[in-house]
Amino acid sequence: MKSPNKAPITVSYRWLELLTAAFFAAIGAVVVMDSVRTGFRWGADGPQPGYFPFYIGCVMIIGAAWVGLGILRQWSSEKARAPICSPHQMRLVLQMFVPCVLFVIGVIYLGLYVAGTIYIAAFMMWQGRFGWLRSLLVAIGVSAVLFGLFELWFQVPLPKGPLEALFGY
Amino acid sequence: MEEIVNLFGGFAVALSVQNVLLMIVGILLGVLIGVLPGLGGANGVAILLPLTFSMSPTSAIIMLSCIYWGALFGGAITSVLFNIPGEPWSVATTFDGHPLAVQGKASQALTAAFTSSFVGALFAVLMVTFMAPLVARFALKFGPPEFFAVQLLTFCSFIGMSKEPPVKTLLAMMLGFALAAVGLDSVTGTLRMTFGSENLLKGFDFLIAVIGLFGIGEILLSMEEGLNFNGQKARITFKDVLSTWAELPRYWVTSLRSCLIGCWMGITPGGATPASFMSYGLAQRFSKDPDGFGKGKIEGVVAPETAAHAAGTSALLPMLTLGIPGSPTAAVLLGGLLIWGLQPGPLLFTEQKDFVWGLIASMYLGNIAGLLVVLTTVPWWAAILRVPFSIIGPVIVVICAVGAYTVHSKLFDVGLMLGFGVMGYVFKKLKYPLAPLVLALVLGDMAESSFRQSMLISGGSLGIFWANGLSGSIATLALLMLVWPLLSSLWTARKPAAS
Repeated sequence: MKSPNKAPITVSYRWLELLTAAFFAAIGAVVVMDSVRTGFRWGADGPQPGYFPFYIGCVMIIGAAWVGLGILRQWSSEKARAPICSPHQMRLVLQMFVPCVLFVIGVIYLGLYVAGTIYIAAFMMWQGRFGWLRSLLVAIGVSAVLFGLFELWFQVPLPKGPLEALFGY
Repeated sequence: MEEIVNLFGGFAVALSVQNVLLMIVGILLGVLIGVLPGLGGANGVAILLPLTFSMSPTSAIIMLSCIYWGALFGGAITSVLFNIPGEPWSVATTFDGHPLAVQGKASQALTAAFTSSFVGALFAVLMVTFMAPLVARFALKFGPPEFFAVQLLTFCSFIGMSKEPPVKTLLAMMLGFALAAVGLDSVTGTLRMTFGSENLLKGFDFLIAVIGLFGIGEILLSMEEGLNFNGQKARITFKDVLSTWAELPRYWVTSLRSCLIGCWMGITPGGATPASFMSYGLAQRFSKDPDGFGKGKIEGVVAPETAAHAAGTSALLPMLTLGIPGSPTAAVLLGGLLIWGLQPGPLLFTEQKDFVWGLIASMYLGNIAGLLVVLTTVPWWAAILRVPFSIIGPVIVVICAVGAYTVHSKLFDVGLMLGFGVMGYVFKKLKYPLAPLVLALVLGDMAESSFRQSMLISGGSLGIFWANGLSGSIATLALLMLVWPLLSSLWTARKPAAS
């Protein structure tokens, strides 16, 4: 599972801070631009649609600049260079997140029940080192409970794929 | 004494067989949510909200608020037994709760925690019972400028009182406002920031944001911390309960102080987490034995738990009377109200008497039921925590996905949830607070429309907020809160220079 020759990857606080500040600035810029498009001044019948968001966007850009400059000023300090977590922790987070993304992609093509069953069973076998039978039973159990609760009891339909279609759902 | 009559009317509503059943189901689900990592009060309620669409609003709010009480109780279990706070507001409970458990006094610590939670909640509910109608009657006189001033105060106090850097609090909040502005502008009918995307027409739903930020984000953090549950054994015997109850009245000063802190922090949107820390700190400071704190003192469990529960409960006061939630979970409940077709605010007290008083009565009953349930079922919850994370983790992710999907039956929202999950993880790492983001997302439309209405009345002059004493004093207070971090840093900078 863990290959020791793989270079440990992690991010330092300074880069994450800077990226996040850039993210805020970008959102702020989008908000300002859109407010200018829809009008941010006083129209004939009162404030135009962009009247309120315009200032929100401006505050975001100023705030992001403040944070960004702050981190640039301490760019080479010990604290800013420190990684946000150890490489080992980063790997753990990715081990959680990547399957999570695969599961969501799976939901689109296979439906939530099938994707959920595969996801839970695979995760248990991979991370928890459970046997395949136990993993499968737990996974199918969870999906069955969800199916009973949502489709049958509360009648809230969840996304379904080809397998459910086979059974007429 | 109109309140008493109304309250008894509320008990009549809440005490139907169906509602009592929902109450107990809610408490059990709530404790479960509180115990599991990655599921908390806010996103737990968000995930379960779609299940209540077919219920009557009164039954729905009773169940959901009981989930909230349950989550408040549940956080204490993991703190005491496993030294892992199930909820942020139970962090301070670990300081003394876990040492007690290590000394073999887990059942005393848990009894003290649950009982103080109950006391805190009861105090806050009493306060809500008598204060809420007054505040509502007062707020009936509010016009758009007053409402905007109150909203401004809410947001400015976030900046003023937050433990996170003020700029980051401001940025998180503005992001919430920006996301709230996406979609159809309700006043002019113009599309804002949708960029031709059909998925953005309705804007960002805060329920998706809550599930992603608090649920997925928390799961990623739990994974990073490499959870290993080395819990202490616990069974609460009746004898332990009685002996602890006999000891608790000794700490009445701490309890009372914690109740007051909790209520204050709950009404102003400080929330349960700072309330619990503040109350713990003050209890230690005023104690005759401050060094004993952190080594297993019952008082160190009483203080944070009382305050957290009092804050959690009193957060519903501004939500019901002004439509301004005091905490993220109260914000989700407010979202529920809107979905069920109820307009939160002062009119709720005159137009939906059954609903309001049914809810207030259920706060009394739910907390009594909660106390009994948690005292008797602790071993079960401890057993659930021994289930490996490799099972609980993916199951919670699936539950979050279900919750995100059922809000609008859109697959896009499930993807969005993942995006918010990453955001939650990064924000936690960089100390951007999540609560103001969520509150701004919920209140954004309301704040914007009250601002625009005020501007329409005044013809574009900001002076309208100072046109009368009421909105003027609230707005001034808000601005004071806003510059508070600046003032206090100037003050501390001057002090060493002077001395």
